[in-house]
Amino acid sequence: MFENLQTKLNAVFEKLASRGRLSEQDVELALREVRLALLEADVNFKVVKDLVARVKERAVGAEVMKSLTPAQQVVKIVHEELLRTLGEPARLDFSGPPPLVIMLVGLQGSGKTTMAGKLALNLRKSNRRALLVAADTYRPAAVTQLEVLGKQLDIPVHSEGTRVPPPEIVSHALRRAREGAYDAVILDTAGRLQINEEMMRELEQIKAIAKPREILLVADAMTGQEAVNVARGFHERVGLTGLILTKVDGDARGGAAISMREVTGVPIKFLGVGEKLDALEPFHPDRLATRILGMGDVLTLIEKAGDAIDRAEAEKMSRKLVKGEFNLEDFLKQLHQIKKMGPLTQLLDMIPGMGKMTKEIAPEVTDKQFRQIEAIINSMTLEERRDPRILNGSRKRRIARGSGVTVTDVNDLLNQFRQMQRLMKQLGQGGRGLRGGLMDLFRG
Amino acid sequence: MPRPAARREDGDVFGIFRKNPEQQAQDRAKIEASLTKTRQGFLGRIGALFQASEITEDTWTELEELLIQADVGVNTALKLVERLQARVKKENLKRMADVRAALKAEMVALLSNSPFDTLDEPRLLTVVLIVGVNGSGKTTSIAKLAKYYRERGRKVVLAAGDTFRAAAIDQLKIWGDRVGVEVIAQAPGADPGAVVYDAIRACQESRKADMLIVDTAGRLHTKFNLMKELEKVRSVCARQVHNAPHETLLVLDATTGQNAISQARHFKESVQVTGIILTKLDGTAKGGIVFAIEQELGLPVRFVGTGEKPDDFAEFDPIAFVDGIFA
Repeated sequence: MFENLQTKLNAVFEKLASRGRLSEQDVELALREVRLALLEADVNFKVVKDLVARVKERAVGAEVMKSLTPAQQVVKIVHEELLRTLGEPARLDFSGPPPLVIMLVGLQGSGKTTMAGKLALNLRKSNRRALLVAADTYRPAAVTQLEVLGKQLDIPVHSEGTRVPPPEIVSHALRRAREGAYDAVILDTAGRLQINEEMMRELEQIKAIAKPREILLVADAMTGQEAVNVARGFHERVGLTGLILTKVDGDARGGAAISMREVTGVPIKFLGVGEKLDALEPFHPDRLATRILGMGDVLTLIEKAGDAIDRAEAEKMSRKLVKGEFNLEDFLKQLHQIKKMGPLTQLLDMIPGMGKMTKEIAPEVTDKQFRQIEAIINSMTLEERRDPRILNGSRKRRIARGSGVTVTDVNDLLNQFRQMQRLMKQLGQGGRGLRGGLMDLFRG
Repeated sequence: MPRPAARREDGDVFGIFRKNPEQQAQDRAKIEASLTKTRQGFLGRIGALFQASEITEDTWTELEELLIQADVGVNTALKLVERLQARVKKENLKRMADVRAALKAEMVALLSNSPFDTLDEPRLLTVVLIVGVNGSGKTTSIAKLAKYYRERGRKVVLAAGDTFRAAAIDQLKIWGDRVGVEVIAQAPGADPGAVVYDAIRACQESRKADMLIVDTAGRLHTKFNLMKELEKVRSVCARQVHNAPHETLLVLDATTGQNAISQARHFKESVQVTGIILTKLDGTAKGGIVFAIEQELGLPVRFVGTGEKPDDFAEFDPIAFVDGIFA
């Protein structure tokens, strides 16, 4: 898999001396990585070009926030641009007179039929009655599939087999929906290529008859560069009102969403996240943006770090650290700051060059252990925290009682702390590398 | 056995012994037709690019961009361009026509050239397992594959191993009727392993079939339990028939982007996929990801699907494929 963009950017900025303000040269180097990351995430090539240009415009000369490294600053700008492109989530438009006609369109195998079932179920949860319409008379057993889904959900399906032309079926279904006072009609149309003239014409016919207020393009999250052509093709012919991304529960980065948003400008309305019929989620631009960047939730943490870490304090801390003057009191302060930011395992990912170590450390250093360490240090006197060497058997027993742990636990903590002190001192003398990475964190 | 090079040079780009000239012409026409749109699209511009007279820095950049747009992937695109640059320098190529031939050769070299004949070896029963993510086109491909081998004199039976998705069994049965092969199925929700077991027994005993093609439910490669289920289906094949499944083909939608590599990797790890069926090539998608899949995982493309009709299907040929892209 593609390496985390953050890590790559850190590597780029490691080579650069400049701090404080992003120079054009810094940004150029960083944007190369950004471009690659977006392409690897299947964002369309042209869309990437535009996006990178926008990021560049914003990034050159930008002041680096005191809590961020230059790499983080660039990622933040990219993230914001992605968010802007992805746009706000939108709901179904129930503003007009009922029934709301929803037409699902898309390529073969994008997941329209399953999505029709999911939408119907979703509407029922908000007390709306939907009529499913089997308008795919081409794919073998597509009608049966929708009927089976309808039966499973106990939601009515309008079907007329495979001999009646789809526009006619739709026309009948609409009459039935009006007579039956349904709140919504969901049209499951056949999958088709956007370049298939005959099939696109059929879609236009159905649109003319059904006058749908929602025309949603159902698209596979795994779609590659082709996403722009598909979205543009459907948008030009039938005028989309929204996008639905399916199979988001896989490991695709979902860059196609960016491409499709960019060429259509219509909002993303839902995400399909599993095979079960309730696996439908509203769209969260933030989550999708971080996913496209391949960064998990780290970006949120960067922002949290901005709130939590006091830069001057961090500077002082890192100096103490490398000199080996770091004591348990400092350690506790550090813990408090870290705790303000969220789970430790995610936090460690932020530290440049710590990616590999994270994997080794993470399982042992759980948040539960975090709380235990905190309790132990809290049970010490100030004097003990500043100079743990004075801790004798009796003091240790008192601390153990006070924090509800055993003396062994206290000893373990002290051992770990001494090891860490030694390590830091060595690294402090050893130049860059891990120390550089840690310094970056503390420097913010 | 490697195919003799001479067959290539005399213009027989398909070079498949068992095909008669008529079939060759048909297959070639199908691939050509399916690639026409590809040609008119982005990749067609590679052709235009080569008509420009001089090689400049822009040539390489533009070439790289065009490859990326074909879903070839950044790494593979860069690698290809680098190799091409080296070759152009080494062979001191000046004419655009030569550069073009060199790129074609480099692209063909990334694709396997091994003949696909494992399914033709004489056996009492040949088992083909078909796997893939949801909506990639497994059922349709199975029907096409069944027809393909039926027309080559095999007695083919299909196993309805997708017992999960609504109406998947009905879909396979309709296809079975259309292409004239029998489908062995159980009720929806049945254990796919049991379906396959039954189907194998049926082939060996009552049906006297010599080829069984097993349909499986679409599943995302990241779903641990579903992949375990697939492993079980495979092991049923392996237990019941010597060396089975003789081919495990991953059905891959040509519209898929970089995630296809992850798909192929996961499916290969759990059920030892041996090749790819590349579907939906009749659209404007280029399927360029197969270069990376071949490179990174050594999985060759075996067949291409070029439409919704049972005949929209052909054996994959790397030269025809790349030729079509550049024509």
